[in-house]
Amino acid sequence: MATQLTSIETLANQEYKWGFVTDIDADTIPAGLNEDVIRLISNRKNEPQFMLDWRLKAYRQWLKMKEPTWANVHYPAIDYQQIIYYSAPKANKDGPKSLDEVDPQLLATYEKLGIPLRERELLAGVAVDAVFDSVSVATTFKEKLSGLGIIFCSFSEAVQEHPELIQQYLGTVVPHSDNFFAALNAAVFTDGSFCYIPKGVRCPMELSTYFRINAKNTGQFERTLIIADEGAHVSYLEGCTAPMRDTNQLHAAVVELIALDNATIKYSTVQNWYPGDKEGKGGIYNFVTKRGKCLGANSKISWTQVETGSAITWKYPGCLLIGDNSVGEFYSVALTNNYQQADTGTKMIHVGKNTRSTIVSKGISAGHGQNTYRGAVKILKGATGARNYSQCDSMLLGDKCGAHTFPYLEVKNTSSSVEHEASTSKIGEDQIFYCRQRGISTEDAVGMIVNGFCKEVFRELPMEFAVEAQKLLGVSLEGSVG
Amino acid sequence: MSKSPILEIKNLHATAGGKEILRGINLTVFPGEVHAIMGPNGSGKSTLAQVIAGRDLYAVTKGEVLYLGKDLLGLQPEERAQEGLFLAFQYPVEIPGVSNLYFLKAALNAIRKRKGESELDAMDFLSLVRQKMALMEMDEALLNRAVNAGFSGGEKKRNEIFQMAVLEPHLALLDETDSGLDIDALKIVAHGVNTLRSPDRAIVLITHYQRLLNYIVPDFVHVLAEGRIVRSGDKSLALALEESGYVGIEELAETAQ
Repeated sequence: MATQLTSIETLANQEYKWGFVTDIDADTIPAGLNEDVIRLISNRKNEPQFMLDWRLKAYRQWLKMKEPTWANVHYPAIDYQQIIYYSAPKANKDGPKSLDEVDPQLLATYEKLGIPLRERELLAGVAVDAVFDSVSVATTFKEKLSGLGIIFCSFSEAVQEHPELIQQYLGTVVPHSDNFFAALNAAVFTDGSFCYIPKGVRCPMELSTYFRINAKNTGQFERTLIIADEGAHVSYLEGCTAPMRDTNQLHAAVVELIALDNATIKYSTVQNWYPGDKEGKGGIYNFVTKRGKCLGANSKISWTQVETGSAITWKYPGCLLIGDNSVGEFYSVALTNNYQQADTGTKMIHVGKNTRSTIVSKGISAGHGQNTYRGAVKILKGATGARNYSQCDSMLLGDKCGAHTFPYLEVKNTSSSVEHEASTSKIGEDQIFYCRQRGISTEDAVGMIVNGFCKEVFRELPMEFAVEAQKLLGVSLEGSVG
Repeated sequence: MSKSPILEIKNLHATAGGKEILRGINLTVFPGEVHAIMGPNGSGKSTLAQVIAGRDLYAVTKGEVLYLGKDLLGLQPEERAQEGLFLAFQYPVEIPGVSNLYFLKAALNAIRKRKGESELDAMDFLSLVRQKMALMEMDEALLNRAVNAGFSGGEKKRNEIFQMAVLEPHLALLDETDSGLDIDALKIVAHGVNTLRSPDRAIVLITHYQRLLNYIVPDFVHVLAEGRIVRSGDKSLALALEESGYVGIEELAETAQ
């Protein structure tokens, strides 16, 4: 029995595979935050006045705000004056005109991560807007997409090329004052992705961004804005890895999605940032605000996330269901191993009539991991005929980890229905032994059981992502089972 | 041509939580043979099966077990299984979320891999599985259900023998496969097991009751008491036991000491 447990633990003790630091001259400013830093960021990025005004407004708001403490996570206080708020890979003044101009070492980093940047991009059929530190270095497939009127570029570029769209939509889903981390992001974000799908266009490929944190002590503040105009469809993939490091790194991203009439946005994330070592040292603090607004009638926003990385995850991708008959979905797998902590879930706010939402959350805890599901379903008075279904399942591996569920339900009319189901299970030694007696190794048995547990979520992922997610779960759990 | 044994157990002692449960087991099983191990509750029958399969709840303190002439106790449970050792569980385990079909395919391919054979493709696997399901008169719908989850007691036991039929082991240990079966299910299970009898396969039946042995006729019957085999004989021993019960067997164990 004892050996069985230890082997569950050894499985989880696999070293982080993507731990390496790229040695590139970063154009870095000193640590600390004040209005001058914000002006400097805005200036370096050659932003129009409305951007600077918005950043400063956010900063002044942020100064009045307090870091939230309600989440079920614990970490030492963050000194926001110790963070470096701007760092860009050094390049020619005007930026690289082609991949040939990109720092070869940077390309090598992408190689290691298996990011399809060169010819591989064609084979993979994926357009990549790669974020390295704070500035996008390469954006691909742009011509093909622009033929359809699709805009897919870095946020900075969108600010230069399409300021009217930025001005119209920025902060309309996650306002500059939304929460402490969102306000900080609004003040200091340096880049991210922008995507606009015009009326009636179905984006022919999965759009993908790979994020990667690099450069020591650089807080990473990305901002993503995706707009699907009437009748448009888009599927967006976000995947992350980060190099191994000792000090904790703050990551406070914001993602805003807007779906107009009959539009659909599918947003999938595989998050694999450095989780810290076996003793809980290091790792990324992932404090993210993600929200989608189903503004139009019959619009749909679907979030799918596989969260295996980060020391701390604080993340609640939600949907504002404003348009009548609009649909919000949230499918989540969150895994915590060693000393990882996750407090994640969703918010579904039903405003329009006959709006529907589905929540499927699968939490897996191993080692000393703590996994919390926190979800809010709010059905407003006008949301007649609204329906919600929530399912929250937890799985425990070993006896030192924890699973917690906090569902909040608020229903303000009588014609709506809300369903909530929850379960907690454990991978038993009996199950492992049964598998082993059939010739299946402990590692494969755990992988099989955990993947079976998660399959309702995995089947929502695009094919190639689903395969990656399954592998990632396997790697993340290695050493967690006897 | 003389055959070499599949299984040789020599003076096997094993403990659980510091308590000695097996106290010097000796047993030799040749290919083609069916052995029945009977005995009262707590005599160590199931422990013997679990020790052979490699369950780490038990510690072997003395003795050795040879499987196909090689040391068995040094192998991991999955290696034993891959080498053709199969245990039909007394209480088959439920694995929610994992389909029976997927599970069995993973098991079969692990065994094939060990043998240096290529993985079976989906079509070949499915036709193999269908053929074996027919043998066990099992509903094909069970294939897509999670392993043993929500199965009735009888379905679970049948599923064990079905798995055995697919995996085609050299040595099968059947731990109280008859318990909890009604007479019809017992006949189906027995038919399945009898179909799997072959000159190069050995079967060890662990049972409390002689009833099963009416349907699967053993070549040898052993009586286990207090961690030792106290009597061995042919099928008539099982019948005699049914008449007299296990009373007196424990005394036999004492005198054998």
